[in-house]
Amino acid sequence: MQTVIETAALTKRYPGVVALDAVDFELKSGEVHVLFGENGAGKSTLIAMVAGASQPSSGSLRVNGEDVNFQSVADAREKGISAVFQEFSLVPTMSVAENIFLGDEPKRRGFTDKSGMIHRARELFEQLDFHIDPKALVSTLSRAEQQMVEIAKAFHGQLSILILDEPTASLTDREVDHLFKVVEQMKARGVGVIYISHRMQELKRIADRVTVLRDGRKIATVAMAETSEAKLVEMMVGRAIDEIYPAIEARPGAPILEVEGLKTSGVKEAALTVRPGEILGVAGLVGSGKSRCFRAIFGLQSMTAGQVRLKDRGVTGASCRHMMGQGVYYLPPDRKTEGLQLAFTSRANLIQGVMVGASSRLGLLPWKDMRAKAEAVAESVELPPAYRDRLAAQLSGGNQQKTLFGRGLGKDYDLYIFDEPTVGVDMGARAAIYGLIKRLTESGKAVVVISSDLPEVMNLSHRLLVFSHGRISAELPREEISEAAVLAHFFEE
Amino acid sequence: MTDNATTPQETAGSRTALQALRAVFMKLGVLPFFLAGALVIFTVLSDRFLTFDNMTNVFRQSVYLTLVSMGQMLALITGGFDLSVGAVVALTSVISALAMVALAGIFPDAVWLVIILGCLAGLGASLVVGLVNGAGVAFFGVSPFIMTLGVSSVVAGISLFLTGGVPVSGMPYAFADAFGFGRIWDIPVPVIVALVAILAMWIFMERMRTGAHIYAVGGNIKAAVLSAIDTKRTLIIAYALCALAASVAGLLLTARVESGEANLGGTIALESIAACVIAGVSLRGGIGRVINVVLGAYFITLAQNGMNLAQISSYMQMVLLGGLLILAVIFDQVRYRMMMGRA
Repeated sequence: MQTVIETAALTKRYPGVVALDAVDFELKSGEVHVLFGENGAGKSTLIAMVAGASQPSSGSLRVNGEDVNFQSVADAREKGISAVFQEFSLVPTMSVAENIFLGDEPKRRGFTDKSGMIHRARELFEQLDFHIDPKALVSTLSRAEQQMVEIAKAFHGQLSILILDEPTASLTDREVDHLFKVVEQMKARGVGVIYISHRMQELKRIADRVTVLRDGRKIATVAMAETSEAKLVEMMVGRAIDEIYPAIEARPGAPILEVEGLKTSGVKEAALTVRPGEILGVAGLVGSGKSRCFRAIFGLQSMTAGQVRLKDRGVTGASCRHMMGQGVYYLPPDRKTEGLQLAFTSRANLIQGVMVGASSRLGLLPWKDMRAKAEAVAESVELPPAYRDRLAAQLSGGNQQKTLFGRGLGKDYDLYIFDEPTVGVDMGARAAIYGLIKRLTESGKAVVVISSDLPEVMNLSHRLLVFSHGRISAELPREEISEAAVLAHFFEE
Repeated sequence: MTDNATTPQETAGSRTALQALRAVFMKLGVLPFFLAGALVIFTVLSDRFLTFDNMTNVFRQSVYLTLVSMGQMLALITGGFDLSVGAVVALTSVISALAMVALAGIFPDAVWLVIILGCLAGLGASLVVGLVNGAGVAFFGVSPFIMTLGVSSVVAGISLFLTGGVPVSGMPYAFADAFGFGRIWDIPVPVIVALVAILAMWIFMERMRTGAHIYAVGGNIKAAVLSAIDTKRTLIIAYALCALAASVAGLLLTARVESGEANLGGTIALESIAACVIAGVSLRGGIGRVINVVLGAYFITLAQNGMNLAQISSYMQMVLLGGLLILAVIFDQVRYRMMMGRA
């Protein structure tokens, strides 16, 4: 097998962060090479450079033995490198076929050959065994179908290197089987595949070699056959699991939040109870309704049926402003689009959190008190002083997340709902955040942790809800929480 | 930082100078550079430019644009803009003049009552326009561009319809004497009005809750929702105050020209946006400072004054002003990218 991609000391720096630190990586033709690591470990940064979507700060990239300097995705495509990114690059208002041939439209006598395009798209789908109408508008497809179109788009044209960035995140089991079959076909044709995942089951099925990344550095490259699950996880995390998660004491009190028969877009029916002094974990696949259920409770999307009671008072359909007034804080999963004021300093973001509970005198806000309180919050979330006056946009994921947590400490809330609390943050920030969750819980707050990170919810929860297909498929007490038990309920219809 | 604007041959001195310029640009935007450039160019072109009299004269002339620009700033900080400020100036002029003329017939002896009620009529009409703009943007999600463009046409049409295009004359002389040409402690009344408005706006934006909310709504409206901010109310207040600020300018201009005119404020929408953008108010929302905007309005007026003294025709002035606006937007783009760390 010949080496098709080789990087030497490949490095990507952003202001204040080294996203990828001198990584040597190698891909051979006909192999599936998995990049394994946590969010923020540098996997996406590495493939972005290989695919031409961003340029390295230093280091070299060789394709088929020659040095390349990709300025765009088109440059990489010319070398036969195709990538399917997590963020879709589809135009929702165009048809499936038009999307697949976007930028490379078949021509006949100078005009776009629409029927030829549809014909070729159909052939492509047949070959991949995907059942999608090439004439359908992309906006009418489900997320999984869009994912399949994205994959088909990468497959068309001459392909020698395929990059898949967590392609199975929104696929069903059957669709995953298809995808893996296609990947096998590609391998047989000598295509090199870079595959990003943090799911152990997938690794076992398709990986030939695994490269583990952590905090932007390469930890090791190992053959899948010669390693074990435990070893890989330990390399990924940098220490054994039980050292990361603090022991949190539960002293559950009388219910603070009671939900019955909740229905909303994406949730068929949900009933649950949240108690102060304990952590309610919420697990489930993307799209299972776990996040939407709590967004509806918090007033971010409308409920079609059901009752919500907070501290024995009906708050069904209340606005999120009202819910915050009643002592509920919701930490959104996407800190950049929903959470932070990116053009404000970290301090200004914290002050905004303090302002929620501040009372003005004669119309004037108590700025001095607010600043002092924001400073205290910054201390308690362990945000280093040097970063407090930086724009939120320039902070690392970890410090951004600390800022967002800090906003919730600006006022004394009774119920904290954390939706993906540690997505894309480094180990140090993670430990700090878990410390905060522990402190809140043990001081008698009610805490809900919604997470797609299975070890996280399993280790933090005193009680665990599992969502599947818009319903709560299980409620597990602490002693019954195990990976097998949780996974069994993940796919329950 | 990955970019390297400097070459190794350069001395350390020029490098720190460049860094200092860069720091000024990041903090204040393009305004200091434009101001310095204008001062140098117009001083060279006309020896009457850089005199104490002319500089204070420019300040007096800039009052109207300053008021409108501070209002425009509110709309821009929420992430929108208000193209109807010019029409609001005209509407205020027409309504207040018509009201004063009509009321003067009813209360011939109470001149100040007539003036106050006339002003309130103008302010009230503008407030309605601002509320309509705000409601369209906040409740119906109409893009601010279309909403205020449409409203601008409606309002301008109403002003012309009410007057038939003929100036409304016959207002009490006391109105023009006081607000157009009056002085208190030898300071022109319009200047005093503007100073009070600047102070009020500064307190509003820097010290009051709604001001902070306006920044938040423009910075990231979703994050604002999750910070318990009533975004619709905030948007409506921003547009209403914008219209009121333009209305105050309209009253002062009406006093200055001593008649109600439907063609007042024809170019002020563009000028106010230019003043704000040059002063570092981001077109993406969330960023902008009152004091900088006051300086931005002063700069625009200064440039117009300098061009007049240099005998540049008013047609050519339009060309230059438009070019300046576009240049400022380009620099704003560059600055934003530098700030967000992706330069």
